[in-house]
Amino acid sequence: MRATEFSPSIPSRPVYGGLRPHGALPSLMLAEGAGGEALAELAKADPPVMRHAQLFYVPSGAPAGPDLAARLRGLGPASYVEGPSWAALRPRFVRALADAHMGTRLYLAGSEGLIGQAMAEALAAGLPLEAIDAEHRGDIARRMQCVHCKGITENVTTDPFICAHCGLNLFVRDHYSRRIGAFQGVCVDAETPGIVPEPQEIKP
Amino acid sequence: MTIRFNDETFRDDYSYHNSPEAIRRFPFPFDKDDYMYSVNMEPHGTGGRAGSVFEKRFDVDEHYVAEMRDRAITLASDPLRCQSLPHMELAGWDLLELIMQCKAEDYPELFQLHRDGDRWHWVNRPLGIEQRFTFLDPTTLPCGPMEYITRQAQGDFAVLDQRENNLWMDAGMVTSQADWSLDFDIGMNFFEWHAPVPKAAEMGIFQRALKFLLAIPQGSPSRRLNWTMTVNPRLDTSPENYHLWGPEKRTITPENVGAKQYLRVELQSFWRLPRSNALAFPIRCYLIALQDLVTVPKWARRLHRVIRDLPDELAEYKGFTVNRQIITDYLAQFDDGKPTSPGIFADD
Repeated sequence: MRATEFSPSIPSRPVYGGLRPHGALPSLMLAEGAGGEALAELAKADPPVMRHAQLFYVPSGAPAGPDLAARLRGLGPASYVEGPSWAALRPRFVRALADAHMGTRLYLAGSEGLIGQAMAEALAAGLPLEAIDAEHRGDIARRMQCVHCKGITENVTTDPFICAHCGLNLFVRDHYSRRIGAFQGVCVDAETPGIVPEPQEIKP
Repeated sequence: MTIRFNDETFRDDYSYHNSPEAIRRFPFPFDKDDYMYSVNMEPHGTGGRAGSVFEKRFDVDEHYVAEMRDRAITLASDPLRCQSLPHMELAGWDLLELIMQCKAEDYPELFQLHRDGDRWHWVNRPLGIEQRFTFLDPTTLPCGPMEYITRQAQGDFAVLDQRENNLWMDAGMVTSQADWSLDFDIGMNFFEWHAPVPKAAEMGIFQRALKFLLAIPQGSPSRRLNWTMTVNPRLDTSPENYHLWGPEKRTITPENVGAKQYLRVELQSFWRLPRSNALAFPIRCYLIALQDLVTVPKWARRLHRVIRDLPDELAEYKGFTVNRQIITDYLAQFDDGKPTSPGIFADD
């Protein structure tokens, strides 16, 4: 599976430049599902990178086939931590961010929701944006913040969608907050309550 | 000069109103008969046209007390309208000093500031506030310095950090916004928070505006006017509450458009702050009902032409496409086709 190619969008929408080799620098790697393939490709392109890498992996949603988790482990990272979900893995990842030294690079690969949340944690921990590489892999579901109730709805695949917290019908604005790691959802029938357009699948 | 402060509301029964004097000094935003985005900056500061909203550095008008009451109502239901990232505290003190000093100098009968070293004594007569505090010591104020002073100053305030050749929306008090969310945009840079604005980016507007703003020095503030349309004199047209005020936008009829449709003008100004090097960005909102605006023949003619000829996507972005025809038809009856004089002022 290749990195997702997105259609042109507004400037607040993140652009995922892909994982590029930076050589034998200390690094943190975090991938989810198909994102593991991106790490495997990086290791192939830049073999020394793995020896200095702390690798975090969430196998959920990984495509069928040879066990990607086992392959990643086999690449010989300095450490390997696996979690059943991002939420479960997060405390250990955040601890690694806190312990990271100056000059540490971060590689993120997976869904937009995972990249966004992990990047928000990294920026909050003081990593500069230039130290972060990200590559989008897997489904194009979006992480949405309801501008009204502030609740986050994960894995949104249609526009409009229903806020998982307040139940309003929200349309998907391309506007993206790195701090929140989410797109903005705005009430679609605010002016005409009850008149909601037919939901469409979100396009990349 | 004495100001009679209106007892009025910006929600529910909408008793907001402009006196004849307030109508004459309204900051009409169009200096010619058509409109397109531009970096329409001009110098701001003391010595503006007498009687106009540009005369004083932070204009105080008949709506002051009611606006501050409305801000308190909004904050009580949504504290996220006022936020300041941790590194912005010093900029908050800069802003407090700027506003207190300007108000005390420009309106000595309403505001007083006594300074004895870092021990300050602030008197705000219209709001009945008297506060002794130690400058730069946050424990001596009831809340953070930015929140403290912007609960006493009309208009929204964004405080922008300057670094990496960019401006960052890192603090603000935003309760009278034209449909943008401080809570969502906080921490964004200049290009990110403007991302939803159509057309302007491809016109190069933001690049030029940013270049100008980065270079604003201390003591030389600038200003520009921006505008939109709002149904009812509502300050809190926030995205947060869009599902609450949205239905009102569909209540405009040919019979009520003059009374219910308001032109909303933002007087935006830009101030370099001395200690933090941040940029203070006050966004002062003025509202006028169309039926009041058309009492100035020049404005009636011109607004008709601007609204009639506005590109569709600008009307869409400003959110009045649905009422545009009714507005245009209403204004047409006040446009006799005569030429209008240059400039924004009523009597020129």
